[in-house]
Amino acid sequence: MLLDGINRIKALHHKDGHDHHHPHAGDAPVETRASGTREIKVVRRVLDANEIMAKANRQLFADQKIFVLNLMSSPGSGKTTTLEKTLRHLMQDFRCAVIVGDICTTQDADRLAASGAPVVQINTDEFGGDCHLAAHVIEKALSGLDLDDLDILIVENIGNLVCPAEFDIGEDKRAVILSVTEGEDKPLKYPLMFRECDAALLNKIDLLPYLEDFDVKLAADNIRQIHPGMPVFETSAKTEEGFGPWLDWLRSSAKEKLG
Amino acid sequence: MHEMGVAMQIIEIAQASIPADMAGARVARVNLKVGKLSAIVADSLRFCFEVVARETPLEGAELHIEEVPVQARCNACRHEWTIDQPAFACTACESGDITLLSGRELDIESLELAEEDA
Repeated sequence: MLLDGINRIKALHHKDGHDHHHPHAGDAPVETRASGTREIKVVRRVLDANEIMAKANRQLFADQKIFVLNLMSSPGSGKTTTLEKTLRHLMQDFRCAVIVGDICTTQDADRLAASGAPVVQINTDEFGGDCHLAAHVIEKALSGLDLDDLDILIVENIGNLVCPAEFDIGEDKRAVILSVTEGEDKPLKYPLMFRECDAALLNKIDLLPYLEDFDVKLAADNIRQIHPGMPVFETSAKTEEGFGPWLDWLRSSAKEKLG
Repeated sequence: MHEMGVAMQIIEIAQASIPADMAGARVARVNLKVGKLSAIVADSLRFCFEVVARETPLEGAELHIEEVPVQARCNACRHEWTIDQPAFACTACESGDITLLSGRELDIESLELAEEDA
């Protein structure tokens, strides 16, 4: 594993088997329970290992002056198309690369490579078919990129509105895409994702004429109910309608870091 | 969906937490704190834990999960409250500038080792 936690643990015990509280001076308490068990304090975050790796990634990105965006959404919301079109614009001003996660297939990577940006494909199959990209997976993927020749790295996460929100990968900003075919209620059903992101795209607005029931305002209100003040960009990756404000946000976020 | 990975981490941290002079002790219970905002399904985690614990000192151990409510503090008016609905604005002044005080936990609090000489 990534860290040897033993010296970080306040684990203590004592050998008397009496049924009482018996804290040691200066040490974490060990409680002998009535059931004949001995309690050992651990007090550690289960995802410690990921958080340490994410911190190392963040330091590397700071040293190399690379702006990193973690792009997340449910499957089929238009992540790859959004990214294809976004890269086409960003690459006029920035050196860009992409890490793309997929449980299997290289279809997304093939589509993105057409932009001319270096693309590293991660099939999480090798990592146990995971539902998210963890920090160590990103660290591994970085070996496939020339970090000295890079301004913006975009990570296209696994299509999933639940798990990726839980895993810091060392990114600077997080964006989530919700498409209008998914329903206005999704932000309320997946609050952690919308809480953790810095911007939201309401995508596929070109389909609105065919979706009588979809209420754009309600969707945006639901997003802001979870994350007051978060920018919500109404976009169509297909027609690039609404792309201006999204690209402006991305460019200014990147410039903030790159100087 | 990543409960299997989480279960594996729990086993790993727990095993590393067993003091050297108690090596070989059996873990009777693992006490876990899980925030209500964390992306963990308790039943699914228990199932994965049971599977992953096989042939380790944690085999048969109970995974005790304490749910931690989502507590927030308003940075504008300092009001503190418990969020129990998907709405994250201050319930007193409606400001959206809030700090979450709890609810994101996924922590191992302690282990309970069975006394072998009991």
